[in-house]
Amino acid sequence: MSYKIAVCSGKGGTGKTTLAVNLFSTIQTKWTKRVQLIDCDVEEPNDLLFFKDAKIMNRSIVNQLVPVIDESQCTFCRKCEEYCEFNAISIIPSVKYASVDPNMCHSCGACLHACKFGAIQEYQHPIGELTSFSRGNQMDILEGSLKIGSPMQTKIIKELKANACDESDILIYDAPPGTSCPVVETVSAADFVILVTEPTPFGLYDLRLTVDLMKEMQKDFGIVVNKAGLGDREVYAYIKEEDIELLAEIPFNREYAGQYAQGKLLSDVPPLIEQEYLKLAIYLKNRMNHD
Amino acid sequence: MIEITILSGKGGTGKTGITAAFASLAKNTVFADIDVDAPDLHLILKPEVKEENQFLGARIATIDRQVCTNCALCKKECRFDAIHYRAEGGLEVNPFECEGCRLCERICPVQAISSEHSTNNYWFVSNTRFGSMLHAKMGPGEENSGKLVTTVRKNAKEMAREQNADFLLNDGPPGVGCSAIASLTGVDKVILVTEPSKSGFHDAVRLIELVQKFNIPLYAVINKCDINTEITKQMESFFLTQGIQLLGKIPFNEEMVHAIVNQKSIVEYRPDSEIAGKIEEMWNKVTEPIKELK
Repeated sequence: MSYKIAVCSGKGGTGKTTLAVNLFSTIQTKWTKRVQLIDCDVEEPNDLLFFKDAKIMNRSIVNQLVPVIDESQCTFCRKCEEYCEFNAISIIPSVKYASVDPNMCHSCGACLHACKFGAIQEYQHPIGELTSFSRGNQMDILEGSLKIGSPMQTKIIKELKANACDESDILIYDAPPGTSCPVVETVSAADFVILVTEPTPFGLYDLRLTVDLMKEMQKDFGIVVNKAGLGDREVYAYIKEEDIELLAEIPFNREYAGQYAQGKLLSDVPPLIEQEYLKLAIYLKNRMNHD
Repeated sequence: MIEITILSGKGGTGKTGITAAFASLAKNTVFADIDVDAPDLHLILKPEVKEENQFLGARIATIDRQVCTNCALCKKECRFDAIHYRAEGGLEVNPFECEGCRLCERICPVQAISSEHSTNNYWFVSNTRFGSMLHAKMGPGEENSGKLVTTVRKNAKEMAREQNADFLLNDGPPGVGCSAIASLTGVDKVILVTEPSKSGFHDAVRLIELVQKFNIPLYAVINKCDINTEITKQMESFFLTQGIQLLGKIPFNEEMVHAIVNQKSIVEYRPDSEIAGKIEEMWNKVTEPIKELK
């Protein structure tokens, strides 16, 4: 079984991807090659931008099952419309109209049970794709990408988890921002969660929401403060008050921010920053052996 | 009334800081924070809550084990793998996995399953020093943030009409998924706040594709434009090819962070600064043609 680490933050732009990419690279160079990075921010996947050496290994389409109503069998009884909790089905008996909106459908299958006339069948509707990449090792990076216009993020995240390389010692999930269902889907399988925040009122407020979610999900977690030196000290007071482990502090560095902009996260990492990633990797190794 | 949503694709590009700055310039405007997953606009606008409303979230199924016969039909049919055996025996629903489709409730041969709406979500109507504001608080891990966005917007629109407001300004969520879609359907304009990084650009392109699907006029702001001037140039030419009007560029300045720490917009905190001036120009570019029409 792989040890699964999720990298999360309530607020966007705090440095989830920066941390996930660097942690992956640190573990790969200093600890074990059997590590896989999984980009679960399927709305805006970015991990690949930082690996110029990565080559595509495999690409597959993710489909969802969407019902189609055969109007020649349909009696327009509206039972399926009543069963659909997502308002994806519209039936207008007076004009014998029956239609399904694939962008509203959650593929729950309730309408199939509603229909007593065999008028509903399902077809495969594409909602995104999974791509695996190699930097020389088996399946180094796995990315999920949501088709623009689809609301089925969680389905793609489920597929990512199902397709992760189970021979890896460690899986790193780079989570989407926020605190709703796609984050829950990403975190649910994790053994340990790293919450990335920044020392600003926005960072702190969203961190609190994320900590509430972790507690509700009964997850083990710790915090990394990114862009340390910017903003204020309130986040540290909160971490202390809540007795949460501060795993690392990554100083704000304007030059490094410029390197990030160019997609060069992994070359010329400032020593102070590199040291923090190493510290984090050692912490995780100890934690993994202990768990 | 003109409804404008601010979006970014990538998180952390400065949507909320810029929305707050626009708020301090806007006259006769209603504001809505529709980033319900991680709302931050209230930290600057400091709303005084006038009205609190419960939002009925997604349904979550529960199994009455007194009635359940353990036939496991629900477990077999649930497409979200939300139903499991407990270690001590008997079936249970994992509320985090349940999507509230009610399939299990409907097929259970002994009616052992019921489902209730989650009641952990609220939306508020408030006063701020800049005008009325609508915002929300979502329970952790909730399923229906798109529907909560729609509810906040619907009520904000009603309020803007009642007040005969000129504008409704929405601070939107990151991403291009269900919350982002719910935040832009039917709005009059979208302002894209982006930053010149590879990821900022990549995410902006995906957002532009989404906005164009809905045929909504799109404006752009390049924030932190001096972090990488090369990418800023690439973005400018890309916007040109897409017919997107660039409202302006804002250089990186720690004063933006200091303003937030002081719970003020940059326009309030440093009214004479270069950034405040640029933001005023941008707001005028968006609003003047509309005022002229009137």
